[in-house]
Amino acid sequence: MLEIKSLRKTYGGQGRTVEALRDITLTVEDGQFVCVVGPSGCGKTTLLRCLGGLLTPTSGEVKVAGQTVTGPPDGLAIVFQEYGRSLFPWLRVAENIELPLKSKGIGRAERRKLVDESLSAVGLGDAGKAYPWQLSGGMQQRVAIARAIAFQPKVMLMDEPFAAVDAQTRADLEDLVRTVWQRFGMTMLFVTHDIDEAVYLGQRVVVLSASPTSVLENLDIDLSDERDQLKTRSEARFVELRTHVYARIQEAKGVAAR
Amino acid sequence: MTRVLSRTGLLLGLPVVLLVTWWFASAGSKSFYQPPLETIIKVFPDTWTGARFKSDVFPSLIRLFIGYSLAVLLGITLGVLIGANRRLRALVEPLLEFLRAIPPPVLVPILILIAGIGNPTKVLVIVIGGVWPVLLNTVEGVRGVDEVLSDTCRSYRIGGWLRLRTFILRAASPQIVVGARQALSISIIMMVIGELLGATNGLGYTVVEFQRGFQIPEMWSGVFVLGLLGVLLSLAFTLVERRVLNWYHGARAAERSGH
Repeated sequence: MLEIKSLRKTYGGQGRTVEALRDITLTVEDGQFVCVVGPSGCGKTTLLRCLGGLLTPTSGEVKVAGQTVTGPPDGLAIVFQEYGRSLFPWLRVAENIELPLKSKGIGRAERRKLVDESLSAVGLGDAGKAYPWQLSGGMQQRVAIARAIAFQPKVMLMDEPFAAVDAQTRADLEDLVRTVWQRFGMTMLFVTHDIDEAVYLGQRVVVLSASPTSVLENLDIDLSDERDQLKTRSEARFVELRTHVYARIQEAKGVAAR
Repeated sequence: MTRVLSRTGLLLGLPVVLLVTWWFASAGSKSFYQPPLETIIKVFPDTWTGARFKSDVFPSLIRLFIGYSLAVLLGITLGVLIGANRRLRALVEPLLEFLRAIPPPVLVPILILIAGIGNPTKVLVIVIGGVWPVLLNTVEGVRGVDEVLSDTCRSYRIGGWLRLRTFILRAASPQIVVGARQALSISIIMMVIGELLGATNGLGYTVVEFQRGFQIPEMWSGVFVLGLLGVLLSLAFTLVERRVLNWYHGARAAERSGH
């Protein structure tokens, strides 16, 4: 379970403090798929970095599985937006996936098994020997997802992972993430600025306000669990939900502009 | 095949043209100080194979090898420490700027005063010259490691020795290699300088002895040996670099082709 209570984060500069997050309270139950969406510059990445233990909150509390986060918590994996910079270019694909397992102290045979399983789970069964830069952007992000899967996390955080890939690859990767989540059952927190993506993927969508950021709305997505790029996106309910989220975000931006 | 030929041609073309020019321009030269190239080449084998190889070339190579290795090791070790630690960097950077600005040959007489004229001093002279490019480039390389990769290491809890070995050193390796290459040519220069003062053997010593003994063709052949040594070591370095930075050149090429 992920618990965020009155999380506040300000960045101090010379004579200027920026309030990135004002007041975020949010709970994600075990095994839930929650998407966080908000206007650009609203501190989504800051929120995710606080959750991942990469940033220390100014005040408030973040808990993962009942433990207060003070550094990167156990059993949590992050997939970053910049796939090109989050894979080690001097390591082959399989070695990239294996590295976190090595530091976890997992034995060689088990490591190999996890690498193979995770690579085939993302449809890259035969890419283990390639270097990341020999792959397309979409494939590189698949490797990053495979690395996260192999780590066997209870919680997976994704920071706008598909913002930099083309639309068709993006659709494939969205379905991949749904499949991975259904198969491995981890808690998923997916940050995006794309409203359609958030509604399509999540069981719940958390709408953030513009900066200084707080939670505008917690919206349950009552679409069926089986999602399909064509059918789901053309359902009346999908259109209703996305229109609602869109309106809320426009509203949030309007308030901020005033 | 034609590509290989044209590359070899480019590589050897200019040296061959220069040597041929030298050969004919100096042929029949009566000048004592500029003997014909033919004479220089004739004395070359007798001068540098056999006893002199063992007594002068070999000791020089050993000193160069030890001094250069120490310079690279020391440069990388200190560079990683300084590059990874912002406070330490702020503290020592002015000092490094000062020390780096001192021409290393100036330190040779001082070192001889302190450490004598033995082999340790000659190795130390090489270290003092070669350590700077490695050290400063390593600092830059370590300082410039990618933040996303750094976050990746943190969030996957890759730390300690594993992080140093698979992240920091590899990420900084393109810059470390640049420093090591500069250090190699500086080390050869420092090797010779160390052998000019208070030495009893070595390449630098032998060249100066030939000059003092008016063995001019032999002196010229010594200059050739040093030049050839530089070329051979540079070739060896390129081979090592290709292995170490294979990923880097591949990634750069992929980037350029707009992957």
